[in-house]
Amino acid sequence: MVGPAIGPIRRSFAPWNDPGVKPFIEFRHVTKRFGEFVAVDDLSLQIYEREFFALLGPSGCGKTTLMRMLGGFDEPTDGQVLLDGQDLGGIPPYRRPTNMMFQSYALFPHMSVWDNIAFGLRQDGTPKAEIKARVEEMLALVKLEKFARRKPQQLSGGQRQRVALARSLAKKPKVLLLDEPLGALDKKLREETQFELTDLQMKLGMTFLIVTHDQEEAMTVADRIAVMDQGRIVQVATPAEIYEQPNSRYVADFIGDINILEGHLAPAPPGSTRLECAATGANVEVRQETAAPTGGQAWFAIRPEKVRISLDAPTDPSVNAVRGEVWDIGYLGDVSIYHVRLSTGATLKATITNATRLVERPITWEDKVWLTWSHDAGVILTR
Amino acid sequence: MAATDTVSPPAKRSGMRWLVVAIPFAWLLIFFLIPFFNVFKISLSTRARALPPYKPVFDLSEGLSGLWSQIQQLSPATYLQLVSDSKYWQAYLSSLQIALISTVLILVVAYPIAYGMARTRAEWRGALVMLVILPFWTSFLIRVYAWIGILGNEGLLNGFLLWTGVIDRPLTILTTNWAVYIGIVYSYLPFMILPLYATLEKMDDTLLEAAADLGCPPIQAFWKITFPLSLPGVIAGCFLVFIPITGEFVIPELLGGSGTMMIGKTLWYEFFNNRNWPLASAVAVVLLLILVVPIVLFQNVLQANEAKK
Amino acid sequence: MRKGQSWFNTTSVALGFAFLYAPIIILVMYSFNDSKLVTVWGGFSTRWYFELLQDQAMLDAAWITLRLAFVSATVATLLGTLAAITLVRFGRFLGRSVFSGMIYAPLVMPDVITGLSLLLLFVALGVDRGFWTVTLAHVTLTMCFVAIVVQSRLVAFDRNLEEAALDLGCPPFKTFLVITLPLILPGVIAGWMLAFTLSLDDLVIASFTTGPGATTLPMKIFSQVKFGVTPEINAISTILIAIVATGVLIASLVGKRREVERQKAERLALRGG
Repeated sequence: MVGPAIGPIRRSFAPWNDPGVKPFIEFRHVTKRFGEFVAVDDLSLQIYEREFFALLGPSGCGKTTLMRMLGGFDEPTDGQVLLDGQDLGGIPPYRRPTNMMFQSYALFPHMSVWDNIAFGLRQDGTPKAEIKARVEEMLALVKLEKFARRKPQQLSGGQRQRVALARSLAKKPKVLLLDEPLGALDKKLREETQFELTDLQMKLGMTFLIVTHDQEEAMTVADRIAVMDQGRIVQVATPAEIYEQPNSRYVADFIGDINILEGHLAPAPPGSTRLECAATGANVEVRQETAAPTGGQAWFAIRPEKVRISLDAPTDPSVNAVRGEVWDIGYLGDVSIYHVRLSTGATLKATITNATRLVERPITWEDKVWLTWSHDAGVILTR
Repeated sequence: MAATDTVSPPAKRSGMRWLVVAIPFAWLLIFFLIPFFNVFKISLSTRARALPPYKPVFDLSEGLSGLWSQIQQLSPATYLQLVSDSKYWQAYLSSLQIALISTVLILVVAYPIAYGMARTRAEWRGALVMLVILPFWTSFLIRVYAWIGILGNEGLLNGFLLWTGVIDRPLTILTTNWAVYIGIVYSYLPFMILPLYATLEKMDDTLLEAAADLGCPPIQAFWKITFPLSLPGVIAGCFLVFIPITGEFVIPELLGGSGTMMIGKTLWYEFFNNRNWPLASAVAVVLLLILVVPIVLFQNVLQANEAKK
Repeated sequence: MRKGQSWFNTTSVALGFAFLYAPIIILVMYSFNDSKLVTVWGGFSTRWYFELLQDQAMLDAAWITLRLAFVSATVATLLGTLAAITLVRFGRFLGRSVFSGMIYAPLVMPDVITGLSLLLLFVALGVDRGFWTVTLAHVTLTMCFVAIVVQSRLVAFDRNLEEAALDLGCPPFKTFLVITLPLILPGVIAGWMLAFTLSLDDLVIASFTTGPGATTLPMKIFSQVKFGVTPEINAISTILIAIVATGVLIASLVGKRREVERQKAERLALRGG
């Protein structure tokens, strides 16, 4: 599914930064309780037209419930869900302009691929010729023309996934809801399909809402990600922002690998923050404004790939630097992760890209090393 | 997802939905539950030479005062008769005894069969289950009847034993409790095999391998691993046979003799032969009271097994 | 469990099935016995079957029983399916425990109690007893069996399929008809067959609730059996066994063919097309 160049469109797409654009989907103070259990807790969220939006979080965080409330399978206990300016309250799923691709695909086992895809169109009383044209278009889109007469159980997992996708797209929904759509595929197929999904979404110009617990998947496909925890949204931002500027330890820790060091804020010149950090035995300087008062508790978070590891002392005295001993090395093929134990007993992780074939390791177990990082490599978190 | 376990059903508001509950609910209420209260009422009546053969017959035409005088005619006399006449309480005791002994017998016979079935090759198991179910589909009456021809004095079993010379006079089996036990074990065997097989078949075989690996010999492994894990099936099967056997009528009637006392038979005779409806009702009420405890336990077992799924 | 048989397992299964089937086989064999005596083999003959054909009372009873089983099984399947939906889909509601109690209790309730209580109800209501009272009684008993069979099918049913249909614009009742019902149909059919045979089989409840002119086949057989074994009863038993065995055999063959087709489909899927 290779279409025209999508780079320029994607690069400039940021309606959330434009105060003139109205949100397409809006959750307003939505709460959902199941008995005692609060699945979604006073949550507000705005999603824009043509956006590929991901709800990311561990299982039980409420992301599926949030999506099901948009689909109409669950009604909010409190608050409103709006789509294109219309309050969806009380509208049953079969009258909503949304379609969902289920995690289990939910293909009707007693119907052929063709009938599965045509099912939604038939409910609307679409003329026969139109149904035929649309189903064929969908089959072509997911490259399953040859399989139209097959039953779902006669298809492989990847083919079933594409039927489910075609079926949910056939009615041109205002929003396509994807509930862990790639969860049942193996890793390689999943990665391919992620790119196909983004291309498809660009090509069709539709709004996609995806629920996933896989952070890589969310980063690959989505324009923006909402990270959820216990029924609340912790951060909404683009994948790059989520990765580089997490707003909390929860987000930092949930996405990718990270070192988190605890400390207290020390007085610092304007435009920077200084953290008194017991773990490193030295102050950590970060080029970042912090509103929190001096002396308050805070954390320094830095990705392992942003920590430089070397045998020699740094020449630039202004960088953050600590000494330690290589405790363990994890060889992952593309990168190696070094676990370096500092004199304080704390451990920091640093990764090295294995750019050349491994002949001999320049740094090895029990080497005394320097760990250095620049002032803008990490972030200070106050929660 | 935690959320999918707690989904609320779609379209709650539809009024049609409640018809789905109301129709079967009302049916069972009218034809299953309420009749028991009627049975209780008639058990407190007295026998009468009339149609229906009991009084009082509630008749609302005499107004509330008439109803009151009718209610005052109710008496526990039939229950006193059940207690004072030893043939009734002996029939209860004998029914419970036969039910208990047969349940144990059935369990002992069914367990090796279910165990063996669960251990045959997978492609055979379906056919074997089918073969266990097949007799269950064929008429109960006919299957009991088949034993008359086998167990009688001139029956096939005696013929065979005489021919082989094991005995020189025919054994009297039919019309004794022996025949009743054989008939019960035979008729109720599938009800025990199926739940046993269901639990044994599901059992993870690596558990036994783990036990063997940890030094547990096979026979011990059976008693320490297999049997405890099959207990849900054992319990379900025991209830499934014990309760109906207690009230069994056909088997003691056809295979047992005059010495076989079972309460189902007593009820039948009081009702059809003596036309003593109040007494038959009292017999039913007491039998129901005896069986209420196992029935409630049985439902709890079923629901617990269901919940585990 | 692991495949692999031991001497003990094979023997216990073989003995168990011999015990289950020997009486039936003997009964079938002796229905072709020319002699009137059960113990004496007088040569092969089908005369008892011809005599059966002459026995108008027996044929009438058989016809009544078949009609009764058909009507009661059909009504019971309807009610039992509704009851199964209630059990699986309605979660907690007022009176749920009473309801599930009323579904499970008839499964083990001694027939004499059920029969007596229904008869006394009909008497109290002043209903004329006959074909329809037996039908009502059988519906009450067998709908619970249907409910259990359909319930197990519904529990295994993927709710997402219904949600997918709703999501694609199909209203709830239509969703039930075009998605749910076709997929639980094997359970519903099995429930109907079970209800049919249970009704065909019942002696005790029918004896209590019947009236003049509605003598069922089991009642007829029972009244004759009390006087001992007759080859004619053997013959009619054989016919009944043959009918049920054929039905079950066809059902299992259909199931087997489906299984083969499913496996073929899976192989096809694995090859990727």
